[in-house]
Amino acid sequence: MCLGVPMQVMSIDDQVALCEIDGVQREASLMMLDDVAIGDYVLIHAGFAIEKIDDGEAELTLQALRDALDQGLDVE
Amino acid sequence: MKSDLILLGHGSGGTLSHRLLDELIVPLLSGVTPDEQNDAAILDVAGQRLAFTTDSYVVDPLFFPGGNIGDLAVHGTVNDLAMAGARPLALSVGLIIEEGLATSELEQVLQSMRRAADRAGVAIVTGDTKVVPRGKGDRLFINTAGIGLVAAGVDIAGNRARPGDKVLINGTIGDHGMAVLACREGLELQSAIETDSAPLNGLVADLIAALGTGLHSLRDPTRGGVATTLKEIARQSAVQIDLNEAALPVSPAVAGACAILGLDPLYVANEGKLLAVVAPAIADQALAIMRNHPFGRQAAIIGEVTAGEAGRVRLQTAIGGLRAVEMLAGDQLPRIC
Amino acid sequence: MKYQTEFRDPQLAQLQLAAIRKAVAGQTRRLTLMEVCGTHTMAISQHGLRSLLPETIRLISGPGCPVCVTPVGYIDHAIALARRPRTLVATFGDMLRVPGSSTNLLHEQARGAQVRIVYSPLDAVRLAEQQPQTDVVFLGVGFETTAPTVAGAILDAAAKSLANFFVLGAHKTMPAPMAALLDDPELEVDGYLCPAHVSAIIGADAYRPLVERYRTPCVITGFEPLDVLQGVLMLARQLVAGEAKVEIQYRRVVKPGGNGKARDILQRVFEPCNARWRGIGDIPASGLQLRAAYARFDATVQLPVAIEPTREPAGCLCGEILKGKIRPGDCPLFRTVCSPENPVGACMVSSEGTCAATYKYDAA
Repeated sequence: MCLGVPMQVMSIDDQVALCEIDGVQREASLMMLDDVAIGDYVLIHAGFAIEKIDDGEAELTLQALRDALDQGLDVE
Repeated sequence: MKSDLILLGHGSGGTLSHRLLDELIVPLLSGVTPDEQNDAAILDVAGQRLAFTTDSYVVDPLFFPGGNIGDLAVHGTVNDLAMAGARPLALSVGLIIEEGLATSELEQVLQSMRRAADRAGVAIVTGDTKVVPRGKGDRLFINTAGIGLVAAGVDIAGNRARPGDKVLINGTIGDHGMAVLACREGLELQSAIETDSAPLNGLVADLIAALGTGLHSLRDPTRGGVATTLKEIARQSAVQIDLNEAALPVSPAVAGACAILGLDPLYVANEGKLLAVVAPAIADQALAIMRNHPFGRQAAIIGEVTAGEAGRVRLQTAIGGLRAVEMLAGDQLPRIC
Repeated sequence: MKYQTEFRDPQLAQLQLAAIRKAVAGQTRRLTLMEVCGTHTMAISQHGLRSLLPETIRLISGPGCPVCVTPVGYIDHAIALARRPRTLVATFGDMLRVPGSSTNLLHEQARGAQVRIVYSPLDAVRLAEQQPQTDVVFLGVGFETTAPTVAGAILDAAAKSLANFFVLGAHKTMPAPMAALLDDPELEVDGYLCPAHVSAIIGADAYRPLVERYRTPCVITGFEPLDVLQGVLMLARQLVAGEAKVEIQYRRVVKPGGNGKARDILQRVFEPCNARWRGIGDIPASGLQLRAAYARFDATVQLPVAIEPTREPAGCLCGEILKGKIRPGDCPLFRTVCSPENPVGACMVSSEGTCAATYKYDAA
């Protein structure tokens, strides 16, 4: 129901960030997030950054994907 | 609901456009059967095969990254002739200008047309100009028609794809559509995406010279994109086409813009691309010829024709799944929520 | 595309599929998993995931396509507003083709109505700024992911003291319909793949009461193909182990508590209300309406229009499809009368609708 795209914050002007994915840029409102820094990846939905993307968690998920066949793994 | 009005989607190149053609325009005007419909008509004139085509250009905005309505109008008609295997000879130009257009803009468009025609090696030999009152047109519409000659022995048509044939494309998909969409008011995307608009007659001449009758079908995937065009070929030739998603060239920026807007690059328009269906034995040769040409550096073999089910197009997805590919239904609308 | 490409690796997909097969090995019972969200439906179809899963796992689509669950009467209301003089209707693209009782917004546009597709509700605010003589109405549909963006646009319009920006609201909330579906004795759902981006706002904790009450496992799952496969694996493992808990597969974005700041914005502007879901009916406290303090932005209050009597499309089984009771192929209209270019029901309109996704992608 809700298309969201991970984009990187390139610059911030007050509450508005210029965000980029693969060379395509668009402005997004930072109204819903605190402490966003340049270089962060955020999830953009309908012109708003709705959440920051946690790189450490992304890596853990990928590790869990790689270890999927190992018994006893609980992905939670 | 059945439509009692012409909608924008009737001009999208997808199923609505096909229905308008098949149910209203062709029966009233010509009667040519769907499997004979190609990018250009072939007429026998004094022992020669003459290719004849026309196209109208209504792009908004008039100027977009990498091109404008003028070079687009030349390339589009040159390409329609080339897809019929013809060597383009001459073009006509019809200008429909809205009152109030800046003369300097018209001049810029005409200069681009001239440059494009010179580059394609085709002459602009006749034309017409009309001006409509302000509000009755969208700044500038251009119609071009073109004629060309089909050399003896060349037999390229949408109904000649055969099981076993390979499907090639001469580069990345979706560039033109995304270049235009990204700069359209309301979407506010900034990108370096440029139109791929280019004359393909030189590349086609190279392919014909080397491949002869092994070159079965050629078509430029303009409105409706690669998906719609391959569906047309599958239907006309009564074959199945299996595509390999991992092999489809898509530039990162086009993929990114499509991700933002929820669009599928398979349905996005191209203006400098051709799909070639060739006999399997010469597929690698065709690929090498494309990659040797300036308009084919990123060419790829993207699929193959199978006996399967007539008219069906399937996609082996990059993740390893299998799905159907249909024609574009209406306009592709950005999807957000 | 960082955080997308990594989650589309075909070798890792084979690994997940092997793990799924192993998890359900020896199971005779078929596991029915519902993807609640339309973006999941779309991703599953677009990547052809259904063709990869073992037969013992059945994926069914749920009520999470906002365009699909929006009642016909709302479309009629939007059309009546579009016919109003000096009015511009701004909307996300999917709403244009949804059939109302007798017409849709695309047809109204062809007849001269001003209808504009926007990417963000903020773009609609900008239109209102640029055209002070025009009443700009934004069609506010969507769940908790989208509702805060509309709330944000209203706060923006309020800060700019715009008197010509309005919202026609039909926002809905999760997880109320998921409970309603589990109350339906005819429906069999063993586990939920919970929406990714709604959950980014409402948080994983929002599903705990549901899981405790119904003992139905919930896994909040991302939208990339590997996310979906891992979500299926996690549900399968819970079900085989006889467990029922809330798990987060999409941990790079979703937290147990969600995004409090986004919820604050939402709650400042909207309050819960009863809502009608196409196909499911009325569900208490499953919708959002503007608070009285923001009534001046409410198109329903400020721009009265006559709305034609509602007529539901005859023979359309969207309702049954939204509940996951039948697949599109079971509907007699599917592919015969109803197609993407000539849709009868909303499920065929939205690209996320189950019927549209099946029509477009399923290699039948």
